[in-house]
Amino acid sequence: MKKKPFDFLNMHVDVNDFIPATAEEKEYMVQMRPSTTFFKDGVKRLLKNPVATVSFVIIVLITLASIFLPMFWPYGYEQQLGQEWGKPMDPSYNNLAPFEYGKTELARMEAGENITPHIFGTDSQGRDYFIRVVYGTRISLAVGFFASIIVLIIGMTIGSIAGYIGGKVDIFIMRVVDIIYSLPDTLMVILLASVMKVTLGSLIEGTILEKLGSNMISLFIVFALLYWVSMSRLIRGQILSLREQEYVLAAKAAGAKSGWVIRKHLIPNCISVIIISTALQIPNAIFTESYLSFLGLGVNAPMPSLGSLASDALNGIMSYPHRLVIPAIVISLIVLSLNLFGDGLRDAFDPKLKN
Amino acid sequence: MNSKTLLYILKRIGLAILTVWIVITVTFFVTRAVPGGPFLGEKALSPAAQAALEAKYGLDKPVLEQYTTYLGDILFRFDFGPSLKDRGRDVMDIITDGMKVSVRLGVSAAAIATVTGVILGALAALRRNKLVDKVIMVVTTAFVSMPSFIMGTLLLLLFALVLKWVPANGAMQGGMVLPIITLALYPAAYITRLTRSSMLDVLGQDYIRTARAKGVSPTKVIFGHALKNSLIPVITYLGPMLAYIVTGSLVVEQIFAVPGIGRDFVNSITNRDYPLIMGTTIVLATLIVVMNLVSDIMYKVVDPRITLE
Repeated sequence: MKKKPFDFLNMHVDVNDFIPATAEEKEYMVQMRPSTTFFKDGVKRLLKNPVATVSFVIIVLITLASIFLPMFWPYGYEQQLGQEWGKPMDPSYNNLAPFEYGKTELARMEAGENITPHIFGTDSQGRDYFIRVVYGTRISLAVGFFASIIVLIIGMTIGSIAGYIGGKVDIFIMRVVDIIYSLPDTLMVILLASVMKVTLGSLIEGTILEKLGSNMISLFIVFALLYWVSMSRLIRGQILSLREQEYVLAAKAAGAKSGWVIRKHLIPNCISVIIISTALQIPNAIFTESYLSFLGLGVNAPMPSLGSLASDALNGIMSYPHRLVIPAIVISLIVLSLNLFGDGLRDAFDPKLKN
Repeated sequence: MNSKTLLYILKRIGLAILTVWIVITVTFFVTRAVPGGPFLGEKALSPAAQAALEAKYGLDKPVLEQYTTYLGDILFRFDFGPSLKDRGRDVMDIITDGMKVSVRLGVSAAAIATVTGVILGALAALRRNKLVDKVIMVVTTAFVSMPSFIMGTLLLLLFALVLKWVPANGAMQGGMVLPIITLALYPAAYITRLTRSSMLDVLGQDYIRTARAKGVSPTKVIFGHALKNSLIPVITYLGPMLAYIVTGSLVVEQIFAVPGIGRDFVNSITNRDYPLIMGTTIVLATLIVVMNLVSDIMYKVVDPRITLE
């Protein structure tokens, strides 16, 4: 039917509009998929991003390997394979190339025994290098994760207090943040770590913390002291804009206390920013840990970390380059995929930030 | 420059001075927490020798007096005391000697990084989403995620072992090329990304369209209008870049055996040479704080549109 220009002004009622809908037409109105939540929507967007997905898979694989491989791997990270109880040191185990075996192992293989190969060879003290890399990865990931959690907790608490209370408290906290922010962090980290290494050693003797090592603890203390500032700045900014919203006023009018408003209204609303910056904090922490380990301020020997493995390998770089290349690749892979995943998270969960 | 800008600059200078003072104070009190104090080292000494050393370095005086003496020595005489391991040499001498090498290394790295970064960034922005752009972005992403010590050792491996261009032991007499490249890679990658995004931003502005519309040649649009304005964010990165180069040089000098201040610092950590640790920390920290200050002020002065605080 041909439409006239001013058809919509026509008061004439069309009978066809009142015919009951056919099954086909009804189907048109059926909800095609369940309504989505903020979280589901974000995950969907994240999965559409191939780079972020691949990075996530790599991170998960590396993490799982570093957790579960040591459980059934026949060698320990500090076990010197050439050393056996009551026998002289067998030097044939030192500095093995990948997939080579020591003397006694060769003999046992002759006898038909199955020996797990030294995939990456052994180091100068006859320790299986593969398991050392696995342990080093575990340490690096753990440091990155826990340091970020510490930063998150401290930064979130202080940032939300500053943003919510405002006034003099805010000014004071932000001055402190400004000062810590302008401190050259790496130098301070090195200074604190190098001094605390000595000072803490006697303090923690005999406690559970000793097992962790003084270096590790000083690393966490340093993170807790210095790295919370950017997180707290971010959260303060978010809270400042959020607390002027109507729903906060409504909650206050209904008699809600500050703690409640912060926990139930403000934090959930800046959760995406928090998650994203925490995710981006992890590679940062791994970076710092490996840097300190490389300078000899990281984990205590014989515990390996990726940084200390790389720095140990530097001495034999010409004869055993693979010992340097392997931890180098693992660190770069971890940091790169965490960074790319963090970027993906940001794009997926904070569309506002995209431009 | 209006009074508001001046006030901002004064405020920033005040913050910088405060920061340097805090660095000095922290280094002082933190190293006093070391058992035996910073000048004694770890060797067990006879009580008489210990007392003599304590008297020599003023460790027997009250802490507050030690602090004021230390502060005065640094501020008015640039004196950080003697080195522990390098007997007979002053920390300040070691630092000046190291600085001569490190400044050359750092300045060359910064210059190379800025020039390549700006060129590549502009190129990527002008060829947006083309192959050149994609390659540049992938490569810079990889470089940004690689710690400097990894980059340095891998380069050493590549040039010494695979290509055999440099001596194998890594100790290159006067050969500063590899350390400079190593230090420059990360900032170059960062500046590339920075320039690219700000250039893309600028290219979308109205005044670029106006310039084009009135028939200005493409070269003039790019160099006269777009590039100049897209360099402003790069200025803000100058401070952080210096901080990166300083911390990066700690490991890079170690890897390539460059006799600079970075290597002194790392050795002082392994030797527990606290006076040297303190001296180097304070000098390098001051350098970084001053550079941050300069780049912040430049940022503000260059672009009057920016309103800070």
